[in-house]
Amino acid sequence: MAEVLVLVDHVDGEVKKVTTELLTAARRIGEPSAVWVGEASDSGTAKLAEYGAQKVYTAPAELNDHVVAPTAELLARLAEEKGAGAVLVSATAGNKEIAGRTAVKLGSGVLTDVVDVSAELVTDHSIFGGAMVTKAKVRTGTPVVAVRPNSVPAEPQAGEAAVEAVDIEVSAAAKGARVVERVAQEQGERPELTEAAIVVSGGRGVGSDDFTVVEGLADALGAAVGASRAAVDAGWYPNQFQVGQTGKTVSPNLYIALGISGAIQHRAGMQTSKNIVAVNKDPEAPIFEIADFGVVGDLHTVAPQLTEEIGKRK
Amino acid sequence: MNIVVLVKQVPDTATERKLTSDDFTLDRAASDGVINELDEYAIEEALLLREKHGGEVTVLTMGPDQATDSIRKALSMGADKAVHLVDDALHGSDALQTAYALSKALGTLEFDLVVLGSESTDARTGVVGAALAEYLGLPQLTLAGKVDVEGTAVTVQRQTDYGYDVVEAQLPAVVSVVEKINEPRYPSFKLIMQAKKKPVAKLGIADAGIEADRVGVSAAGTETVEASPAPPRAAGTIVKDEGDGGAKAADFLAEKKFV
Repeated sequence: MAEVLVLVDHVDGEVKKVTTELLTAARRIGEPSAVWVGEASDSGTAKLAEYGAQKVYTAPAELNDHVVAPTAELLARLAEEKGAGAVLVSATAGNKEIAGRTAVKLGSGVLTDVVDVSAELVTDHSIFGGAMVTKAKVRTGTPVVAVRPNSVPAEPQAGEAAVEAVDIEVSAAAKGARVVERVAQEQGERPELTEAAIVVSGGRGVGSDDFTVVEGLADALGAAVGASRAAVDAGWYPNQFQVGQTGKTVSPNLYIALGISGAIQHRAGMQTSKNIVAVNKDPEAPIFEIADFGVVGDLHTVAPQLTEEIGKRK
Repeated sequence: MNIVVLVKQVPDTATERKLTSDDFTLDRAASDGVINELDEYAIEEALLLREKHGGEVTVLTMGPDQATDSIRKALSMGADKAVHLVDDALHGSDALQTAYALSKALGTLEFDLVVLGSESTDARTGVVGAALAEYLGLPQLTLAGKVDVEGTAVTVQRQTDYGYDVVEAQLPAVVSVVEKINEPRYPSFKLIMQAKKKPVAKLGIADAGIEADRVGVSAAGTETVEASPAPPRAAGTIVKDEGDGGAKAADFLAEKKFV
C-alpha cells in the first residue's frame, strides 16, 4: 500500500485535531506517514500513533524560518522518494500555499478546501458560498489535497509512528522570504477558530466593540469567537476572527450567529457547519434560511439567557 | 519601482453563480463580471507604493474578452497601463495552470514587485500567489496585512493563525494582500475619463511563450467530475423571543447534546 503523506499541524508540541482527521482520511487511501517540521514531541508522536501513522518523518524546525517554500521542498522530495499515493494538508491559508507549491514541484494537480475525500481520491467541495457541491479529482501526478478542518471525523486506529529524521538541504531559491519576527496576538484560552468544534460569532447586531455578550456565550460552551465582516469593518473585533468569504472558513459542529444577517459573504465562511443557531431581530434575515434553530429577538437579551441556561444545565 | 498588479474578473458574488453543464467550468455568461474584491486591495496597495516610490503600475489580467471591463475599472482607479492575456486556449485552466500562464506573461514585462489578492471569490483556492512565486523562482511574501519597501528590500506582515510574521525579502518578489491592508479608493470622474485612453496590450499564448498543451481544461491537472446545487438544508425551527428565547435555544442545544 502506498504511503500517504500527512503534514502535521502542531502547536507547542501538541498535534492539532485536524491532523488526526487527515490521518483518518489518509487511511482510506493508503498507509499514513506523518511529516513533522520540527522535533516531534513524545505526546505528539503518541497522538499520531493513536490515529494510525505508521511513520513520522521529522525535518529541522529551521524550515519554518522561510515562508512556505522549504516545507514544499520537503513534501515534494518525500513524495518522490517514497512514491507517495497522495499528500494531505489542512486547508489553512498557509498550508494551501504549501500544497500549491508542492504540486508545482511534483507536476501534480492540487485540490483545496476539500470537505471529504474517498479511497479513490475523489474529493467533495462546497463552492459559491455553499450554493453548489462538486466532486473533483487529480488527473496528473501525486494528488495534493488540502482538507478543511472538521470535515472528516477523526477515528483512532493504532499505528507504529516510527520516527525517522529526514536530512534535507533547503535550496537557496526557497530561502528568498525570511521570517524575521513572529508576533502573537492575544487569543486567550479559547480554541482556535478554524479548529473549534463550536463557534459563536457576533455581527452588526452586537452594536459596539463590547463583545462580552458573544464571548460570554462562547466561554460557556468552550467555543471560539468569530465575527462578521460588518463587525470587523466597524473595528469592533480584530480582523483575524473574521468568518466569511474574505475571512476564515469554519465548519464546526455548532455555529451560533448572533446579530448576523447571513449575507453570502458570511455564509461562504460557515455554511458547511453541522448545526446552525441564529439570533436576529429581523425575521427576514437570510441567516434563518440556513438555521437549524433560530430565535427572532434581541441578542442582548437572548444570548445572556442562553449563557445562563447553559451554566444551570452543566 | 515598477509594479504589476494581477487582477481577475470574477462573477459578482451577489448574483447566482453557476458552472457550465458540459465541462463544469465557470459559467461566465450566467452572472455579471466584477473585479475580484481582494484584487481591489492589491490595486490600492500598488498605487500607494507608486505614490511613495514612483514608477509605474501595470495591470495584468488573464481572462476572456469581457474581462476588459475589469481592466478599465482597475485603470480608472489609477493604474498606468494594462496587459490582457486573452486566448481561447486558456479556457478552463485551473489554479496552477493560471499561475503558470501568468508567470509566462510576467516574463514579457519588467517589474520589481508583483501584487495580487490572496484569493479569488469564485474558486477561492488561495494557491495562485504561492504557485506563481514557485514558477518565477521569486520570494513569496503572501497573505500580507502590511507592505513596506525600502531600497531593494521589501517587508510584509504575513497573517498567521496566531497573529503575524514579519517577513523580509529582496526585490523582485511576489506579494499577496489580505483585506485589512487598506481601503480601496473609488475612481474619480477624471480618472475614469483618462482610463479610456490608457494603453491595454493584448497578449496571446504564443506571444507569452505559453505552450498550448499546458493550459486549458483538457490539460488541467485537476478535473471536476460532478456538480450540482447543494441539497437544501432541512427547514429549521424558528421561534419568536417571548422572554424565553434563550431558554428555548438551550433546549435545542441540549437535544443536540451540546449541553
